[in-house]
Amino acid sequence: MLTIAVSKGRIYEEALPLLAEAGIMPVDDPKKCRKLILRTTRDDVQLVIIRATDVPTFVEYGAADMGIAGKDVLLEHGAESLYEPLDLKIACCKLMTAAHKDAPSHRGRIRVATKYVKTAQRYFAGQGIQAEIIKLYGSMELAPLVGLADCIVDLVDTGNTLKANDLEPRELIMNISSRLVVNKAAMKMKNQAIASVLDQFEQTLAKR
Amino acid sequence: MQQKDFWLLPDGIEEILPDEARHLENLRRTLLDMFACWGYELVIPPFIDFLDSLLTGSGHDLELQTFKLTDQISGKMLGVRADMTPQVSRIDAHNLKHEPPTRLCYVGTVLHTRGDPLEKTRSPMQIGAELYGHAGQESDVEVIRLMLEMLVMAGLQAVHLDLGHVGIYRALSEQAGLTKIQESELFDVLQRKARPELQDLLAEYSINSDLKMMLMKLPELNGDRGIINKARQLLSTANDEVKLALADLEAIAEKLAVHFPSLPISFDLAELRGYHYHTGVVFAAFVPSIGREIARGGRYDNIGAVFGRARPATGFSADLKTLSLLSKDSGQKQQSARIFAPHLDDGILNEKIRDLRARRQAVIQQLPGQAGNAKELGCTSILEKDNHHWVVRPLD
Repeated sequence: MLTIAVSKGRIYEEALPLLAEAGIMPVDDPKKCRKLILRTTRDDVQLVIIRATDVPTFVEYGAADMGIAGKDVLLEHGAESLYEPLDLKIACCKLMTAAHKDAPSHRGRIRVATKYVKTAQRYFAGQGIQAEIIKLYGSMELAPLVGLADCIVDLVDTGNTLKANDLEPRELIMNISSRLVVNKAAMKMKNQAIASVLDQFEQTLAKR
Repeated sequence: MQQKDFWLLPDGIEEILPDEARHLENLRRTLLDMFACWGYELVIPPFIDFLDSLLTGSGHDLELQTFKLTDQISGKMLGVRADMTPQVSRIDAHNLKHEPPTRLCYVGTVLHTRGDPLEKTRSPMQIGAELYGHAGQESDVEVIRLMLEMLVMAGLQAVHLDLGHVGIYRALSEQAGLTKIQESELFDVLQRKARPELQDLLAEYSINSDLKMMLMKLPELNGDRGIINKARQLLSTANDEVKLALADLEAIAEKLAVHFPSLPISFDLAELRGYHYHTGVVFAAFVPSIGREIARGGRYDNIGAVFGRARPATGFSADLKTLSLLSKDSGQKQQSARIFAPHLDDGILNEKIRDLRARRQAVIQQLPGQAGNAKELGCTSILEKDNHHWVVRPLD
């Protein structure tokens, strides 16, 4: 049995066609039933749909053999104990810094609001900027408006939320897309099953 | 710390209670006895050591993981061992100085400042064996066999062996003329088999396109024995070291198959665990439902050089606590029978008790006015007087 953990929401929606090409279609609809483990059209594959930040944890411990998670989540989690063989090129967006459109570019020590604490620390250290990181769980855009932070680090897709709040994107930290991650032990012990799913994903991606 | 928190233990530090402790100790003895039967002699390195000495060889990666304190006598930094292999290498290189192959084994608690991100424990009980003084595959085969026998002894089922060879990546990066920085960048992405990132990195490097192709293929070279032949084709323009490494891996797998015909063996040519000190074949054992390896090892030639003598070396280690936990799950549990004896000043009774204990039977003698009876003390039988003799009768 192969267990694949998929991030809830956008990533799940965009992963469905990829999974379908590999013959994996969920039999239960997660929106309609409250089951946490979804059976699929393949007897040997099941899906678990979980919070994005939990995907690397499940896969790392071997609770799931494979997973689909955003690169942002993997970077923040620190994924040395996982294999990430494929870029699925879905749920694409940008990890950026953003600040109020009239704010001067930062000098000296700055305050940064983000949910990506480690990634932000690493990025600013790399830029030679001393940054004080404030961890927030949501509504990052609010922080510069109320004087909580000088800038934010967050995912930017259309940029509409930023614009609506008089913020503007500044520096690109990284292009983000979803990755396929694999548990290290599963890669060895279930090599054939995993290699065949990898192959099918790769073929589908090559066609796109 | 408030008074009610006095029971609290630090993160990742645990107590082992009687049932588990008995099981673990039995396993420890069984394994050390087995190592002895293979000619591996027990050594007991110190719990605390000079930091410089601990951080040599396989200890290089452990600087952050080592608890440190200052020695009040020498003024130098001390470390609590986070890995016993450097200590055992020192014993071989500096103290024993044998010419023939030296076989050593060890068991003891090591401490980690941060613990393994998965295991959570900060105090594993490391058990392992090392073989010094032989450079061929035969010694690798011997230690892998010993590791597998250890897992059999612990009663573990469905063990899976994974083989790799750090010499392959090392030779390729040498052939490509990678800088130290490039080598460690690639090492990082290879450890994660992150093919997209690998491609991006290689695109930046100005190295021979043939070598780029070969490096790009490394993360795909994992699977069953067919991988070796696939690697021979894909890495055909690599230098001889790569070819020798592939031949080594194949030969080791063949020899192991003789001893363990049903053992599943996989190969992973991008497996670089311990890349900074390993020099040849690396191996790890897995069992289903555990997301990481349960025992690991490999060849690490010339590590003793810093202690005055470079010798070929190969060995493995595991966490005895993990093995004990897994073997308990597999249903191997022995509760020895205990006999209850009354509290009496009776010479014949005392002699009988001494005799039973000498035959390794557990006898618990009643204490006057004590709470609880024989059954509550976990006894299954009792000593009763029958005429002038004391006899053991089962408790109903």
